[in-house]
Amino acid sequence: MTRAGADAGVDGGPSLTSLPSTGAEQPAAYEVLGLKEAEYLLIVEKLGREPNDVELAMFSLLWSEHCAYKHSRKLLRRLPTEGERVVMGPGENAGAVAIGNGHAVAFKVESHNHPSAVEPFQGAATGVGGILRDVFALGARPIAILDSLRFGEIDSVRSRHLLDGAVRGIGHYGNSIGVPNIGGEIYFEAPYEHNCLVNAMCVGLAKTDEMVRAAAAGVGNAVVLMGASTGRDGIGGASVLASAELGEGDEAKRPTVQIGDPFEESKVLECCLELLEKGLLVSLQDLGAAGLTSSASEMASAGGVGIDLDVARVPLREADMEPFEIMVSESQERMLGVVEPARVAEVIAVCEKWQTGAAEIGVVTDSGQMRVLRDGTLVGEMPVEALVDGCPLYDLDPAEPEGWIYGNRTTLREEATSEEILLALLAAPSVASKRWAFEQYDSVVGSRTVRRPESADAAVLQIPEAGNAIAVSIDGNGRRVACDPYAGTVEAVLECAQNLACVGAEPLGVTNCLNFGNPEKPISAWQLDRAVSALADTCEALGVPVVGGNVSLYNEGPEGPIYPTPVVGMVGELPDPAVTAGSAFAREGDAIALLGPFSPSLAGTELAKQRGELDMGLPRSDITAVAAACTAVRDAIRNGKLSSAHDISDGGLACALAESAIASGLGCRVDVQPLRERGCSPEDALFGEGTGGFLISGDRDSFDSLGAIPIGEVGGSTIEVAAGDRSFTVGVGAAESAWRSLSSQAEAARR
Amino acid sequence: MRWGVLQFPGSCDERDALRACTLSGDKVRLVWHEERDLDGIDAVVIPGGFSYGDYLRAGAIARFSPAMEAVGEFAAAGGPVLGICNGFQVLCEAGLLPGALLLNEDLRFHCRQLDLIEESTTTVHLSTPESAQVDSRTLSIPAKHGEGRYYAPDEMLDGLEANGQVAYRYAPGQNPNGSARDIAGVRNAAGNVLGLMPHPEHAVDPLTGSTDGLRVFQAVAGNPA
Repeated sequence: MTRAGADAGVDGGPSLTSLPSTGAEQPAAYEVLGLKEAEYLLIVEKLGREPNDVELAMFSLLWSEHCAYKHSRKLLRRLPTEGERVVMGPGENAGAVAIGNGHAVAFKVESHNHPSAVEPFQGAATGVGGILRDVFALGARPIAILDSLRFGEIDSVRSRHLLDGAVRGIGHYGNSIGVPNIGGEIYFEAPYEHNCLVNAMCVGLAKTDEMVRAAAAGVGNAVVLMGASTGRDGIGGASVLASAELGEGDEAKRPTVQIGDPFEESKVLECCLELLEKGLLVSLQDLGAAGLTSSASEMASAGGVGIDLDVARVPLREADMEPFEIMVSESQERMLGVVEPARVAEVIAVCEKWQTGAAEIGVVTDSGQMRVLRDGTLVGEMPVEALVDGCPLYDLDPAEPEGWIYGNRTTLREEATSEEILLALLAAPSVASKRWAFEQYDSVVGSRTVRRPESADAAVLQIPEAGNAIAVSIDGNGRRVACDPYAGTVEAVLECAQNLACVGAEPLGVTNCLNFGNPEKPISAWQLDRAVSALADTCEALGVPVVGGNVSLYNEGPEGPIYPTPVVGMVGELPDPAVTAGSAFAREGDAIALLGPFSPSLAGTELAKQRGELDMGLPRSDITAVAAACTAVRDAIRNGKLSSAHDISDGGLACALAESAIASGLGCRVDVQPLRERGCSPEDALFGEGTGGFLISGDRDSFDSLGAIPIGEVGGSTIEVAAGDRSFTVGVGAAESAWRSLSSQAEAARR
Repeated sequence: MRWGVLQFPGSCDERDALRACTLSGDKVRLVWHEERDLDGIDAVVIPGGFSYGDYLRAGAIARFSPAMEAVGEFAAAGGPVLGICNGFQVLCEAGLLPGALLLNEDLRFHCRQLDLIEESTTTVHLSTPESAQVDSRTLSIPAKHGEGRYYAPDEMLDGLEANGQVAYRYAPGQNPNGSARDIAGVRNAAGNVLGLMPHPEHAVDPLTGSTDGLRVFQAVAGNPA
């Protein structure tokens, strides 16, 4: 969906099916549906009359935060969206960038947070389904899924339940549809305990000249609804649930979460791609949040036309559905196409071949009106412009918090040795290997996966069609963003850029999902405002356009807001899939070096968390210097000069060394003196975090020209680090045991 | 040599199988599930995926498709057939291979690269008149499934082993699903129908991990019809 992002699908609170009468003692219908009084009066003004039930239901959804972006749209104007590689930017179902030889990759990340918090398996599954449809709606075949997940601490039964359900749901949908899941991240932090985050990203491949837009065009053309039939699921999800905080009694909403059907999606996907290949569609749009209402209105708005829809022609799961229910149902696996009248029969024949539904339900008009009919009788009529662009946009009222608002919990004893700290960090579920999760996903289908999860900092997919390869990364450390929303968001973008550099890829475009708390509250508003500025400034400085994204607000539970979590997805290009690098040390005797403007500190780190010392404040990154380091690493990899490259991230240099050692089974001997000379304490050097650090290995002679600083060499079976009074030696085996402990922690859910 | 790769609604790995056949140097075409015509096809691949959604039981619906009727006749006439993952499940459901595939022991889907050991009887089909003996090898091939635990009653397993119908086993300690006797793949009594859970079509390109899967295609193609 263009504006009606995700997070829909759960009927929050009072149902639309039981509209209360507007007596004095009861809230007005518009309030129940999530509209403010001033917004309702504006609707009356735009219509010149009171809306009826159908119209009110449609307005309430399209004027929800979720669809109208009313608290974020002004901020999003700051983002740089243009670049010579941009094929499609914000406003389409997904963004797309050219990768050469007439091909483009389309990609987008979207949230399905609230449904997953209520029913994790189906919530996560339908999140994957929704983002797949966004991508194939452009005529791009989905070639990869990534996911970014956040849960409460893993020692919570609820968190393990949500983790287990979300991972199984993502696997169920992606595996069944034959799209590889090639990477992602999972963090466990207490502020996500009630409101987990499930963000899914999809990447698709298309021939640039065969891509299709969502704008309806051609007065008199038919509007055809394809895919699954329409039921009573997810009614009102976008307005009342996705645009409000979670609270007590959310379990009662579970029966209204949509049930994903990946088999139906698989058929609709193949069907739509065949229709586009045959040139049978004028335009195509998926049905996500707010169902037919948003897809039809947005198609009409984008094309500057009107649409008449007859709900009596919509194939239904239950015969007695009311027109407003049909218009707002969020039943999954449906697509809306615009078709020339003469080609409708051909379209229906292709749908029949794929054993999926097809019904001509409406027509493109020149009225500029969205008209809803039932058996030819008008039941609703609204100006498209009022529906799609009429919602008032709000300014935020930001206020910086006076201190750390999220609390602290000490889990590491004060006198812990360096060895104990390293093992505790490696075993921290946010740092530990995520193999337990990603092995539940098919990462190889499609024959493109050159770098599988955990073998490199970014996933690498070969694209024989374009004669090159792409790399993809997704990142966003909410804890650090909480410490400083600006600096933390800069870090999220730079981390993606560094991950791409580690496989030799050059960034082409960014997508993002902004997961924040209630924007009507000053602190969340401040976090959002600072984060969007940082995203804009960093992408501008890197010269990487933001081609699409999604905003998920009101992520709060009874204990308060989540960590502000901008999740950044970045896609890059590399000329030769055979010339890339992994994060594992490769050869005994290779030199190890540090590259980049890395000057770590303990602020906001995993170690500060375990010590219960989290507080406001993060050092600023030097974006230009980090970008230069990325270029140096990228060029060195493309010239075959490095044996391995690894971004120094969660858990600092010590964890990065351990990860490269574990992945290879080769130990290392390192002295962190060069970081001491940059003013770092021994602990800062070992466990401090910050941007701009690359851990590389290879031939020592090649390091000088890179400006890399040698710190040791690969070999042996221990990780031996000299760091003054914090020096330590840990066996690679012991490090691996700690790092592989997520499985036993997660499986505690089933015991 | 011309391969036919079946395509059901819900198939996932059919394009990968096409690519593998092409990389083997052979011709190949897709066979739509409603087709009954296998004319001109020398060997059949039933690919991985979730045919018809597999909501009932893996392969339980696909076995009734027109294309599978044709494959039954093709196999009865001695035509070589390779079932991969869902294809293996379909062949078991169709009674063209012995045994059944159950849910993984730990009830989770697993995707991992693992080592498969060729049984010596499998290498027979790789031998040419000039090299009558080909050594068994260990093949690095990915497996990815949630319903791949090979099961047959003990007496049947004894019979399969005695008849040389066990084609591949998971290397010791690498059985991902609890399959009986580490069995990863079996053939029929006549030897022309082979099914396995791991995915040889995803092991045909050094860039994506391994080329060992080509030997599985060769083992099927080399099987005298």
